[in-house]
Amino acid sequence: MEPTISFFSGFTPNDLLFLGEAALRTLWISVLSISIGTVLGVFFGWILFEGKWAAALTVAPVLDIFRSVPLIIQLVLFYNFAPIVGLNLDPFASGVVILTIYTAALVANVARGGIEAVGTPMRRAARSLGMSYWQDLRHVVLPIGGRAVFPAWVGVALGVMKDSALVSVLGYVELLKASQILITRTQEPFLILSIAGAFYFALSYPISRYAASLEKRWAQ
Amino acid sequence: MFDYNFHWRPVMKNLPDLLEAALLTLQVAVLAMILGIVIGLGLALIRLHMRGPLRWLASCWVELARNTPALFQLFFFGFGLGAFGLHLSPYMIVLTGLTFNCAGYLAENFRGGFQAVPDTQLRASRSLGMTAWQAYTRIVIPQVLRIVYHPITNQMVWAVLMSSLGMLVGFRELSGETQFFASRTFRIFEYFAVTAVIYYVIVKIILLGSRLLASRLFRY
Repeated sequence: MEPTISFFSGFTPNDLLFLGEAALRTLWISVLSISIGTVLGVFFGWILFEGKWAAALTVAPVLDIFRSVPLIIQLVLFYNFAPIVGLNLDPFASGVVILTIYTAALVANVARGGIEAVGTPMRRAARSLGMSYWQDLRHVVLPIGGRAVFPAWVGVALGVMKDSALVSVLGYVELLKASQILITRTQEPFLILSIAGAFYFALSYPISRYAASLEKRWAQ
Repeated sequence: MFDYNFHWRPVMKNLPDLLEAALLTLQVAVLAMILGIVIGLGLALIRLHMRGPLRWLASCWVELARNTPALFQLFFFGFGLGAFGLHLSPYMIVLTGLTFNCAGYLAENFRGGFQAVPDTQLRASRSLGMTAWQAYTRIVIPQVLRIVYHPITNQMVWAVLMSSLGMLVGFRELSGETQFFASRTFRIFEYFAVTAVIYYVIVKIILLGSRLLASRLFRY
């Protein structure tokens, strides 16, 4: 029998497992950065609302930078900046840091919009009922404002989930990077990209539909 | 302070090249936006007024564009279509990818815009003797334009930021060019820092220009 040498091998069930693991990594980095970023973002949003011109001069421009520079540039920049200040971060940690700040920058605006949506009369009413500032924030602003901007927040979260694909430039093997690796080996780009795309779609589509239906129901 | 010597001279030497690449970025983003607006308008009208396979196709386009990562879409046009023997140049990959994405997002904005213009406006103009074409171009679309003006501006900014993904498919627009020079000189941080500034300036110019244009367009 003549030995045949091939650089390419077909798509095997094992590769599906590889893709599945990568999909979990995509989920993990997204969930981590979205949850930390949201907490930070709400805090920044509160500062933007309460800080007036002081915040407009300090926090707002900084957050604005993260919204005006492509995420991919931010990632490369931070990944190469960290060692300069003596931090040795792996691609995952760098990815989480930048995605978190990016999420926070987007959520800050959403959160400020939420606080503004509540309106002064409502808050004065809460205060005149004897609520403290924090009680007012917790029991009046959070439920009403949160409801007003929840669909917008879902949009931001889904956007970050999709943008987490960019962490692949740092070498973190998430779903899209994994599919690229498989494509190089199997030379079946259409099949593999379809699987990767289907995963993102299956995650994003139901959630965005749910948010849209919530928005419609709450609007009534 | 830092255990690192910053070398800005090579970057400054290549600054003209980077600025030229920035023009390419702008060019591809503007082209994608123009195509995206035309296609997005078509998709929105199809989804609003038609039934059958065409509507289904338009819905597929919009949902796929909105629920998968932009990078996935670029890869799809880059490698996925290769499975059918269709090999696009890097420029075309970025242009088609961006157009696909922008058209999907804009279609949704346009649909919201059309729904915000009351039906009675159309009926009133028709009963004044206007043809359907006249009614649309003179009554409905100007009103829609006013509603979607802000989202279009946002999308333009997104298109510029998204074009940076060209770096990953071998297109030498601003990011790709930066990476090219950075990997030649290993001054990665310096190059990408300058590029980040260029992107920031481009975005600010777009926002400023759109505000000026809006104050002229929507004076009354």
